[in-house]
Amino acid sequence: MILHTVNKSPFSQNTLRSCLRVVSNEDSVVLIEDGVYAALDDSSCSELIKNALQRVAVYSLLPDLKARGIEQRIIHGIQTIDYNDFVSLTEKHARVQSWF
Amino acid sequence: MIYSLAVYGPPYTYQASDTAFHFAEALLAKGHELHRVFFYHDGVYNGTRLSVPPQDEINIPARWSELAGKHEVDLVICVASALRRGVLNATEAERYELDSDNMGTAFNLSGLGQLIDAGIHSDRLITFGA
Repeated sequence: MILHTVNKSPFSQNTLRSCLRVVSNEDSVVLIEDGVYAALDDSSCSELIKNALQRVAVYSLLPDLKARGIEQRIIHGIQTIDYNDFVSLTEKHARVQSWF
Repeated sequence: MIYSLAVYGPPYTYQASDTAFHFAEALLAKGHELHRVFFYHDGVYNGTRLSVPPQDEINIPARWSELAGKHEVDLVICVASALRRGVLNATEAERYELDSDNMGTAFNLSGLGQLIDAGIHSDRLITFGA
């Protein structure tokens, strides 16, 4: 079980795509920093996360969504988390792989 | 659990240092131990003690120093990354015969081995990339 963090926007870089290529079914993905733009619904990148949600849990850091004013426009099924939840996820997953 | 963090991002340019700091606060609030924060690549700029941000902005290097003082966290600046970027403590400034140093006293200059050691000593090693 690996927790993958992604901190780059899918509109500018391929970081999330690289991550999703190797993510396995027991893993989870956390979108942080500019990575939260992948959580946007009805965008040209929405399918990336919508497809990922079929097999893995996807989380997004709420303070980063709010900082970018997009917390009301995110894809259904993404779970929003605070830093406390972020730490809890790192407790539950044996390893953390950071994609940046 | 014992945590260590690796910070690759400089203050103000990227969010990495800020995210790492909030993560550090959250893990300490949950009762975990923060063993070490390793600053690598441009992350070494977090170690300056000469940062003077505007009054309504956060002093990111000072904030790390305060956290380390309060929770006895080992803040390690990668020496190879730091020297080539002009981040030096008094010892290194003297060694290279330079007229000043700029590293905060809460930070320690050391090698990449400390990152490996942090990985061995800690239950979790989390990287915050730029």
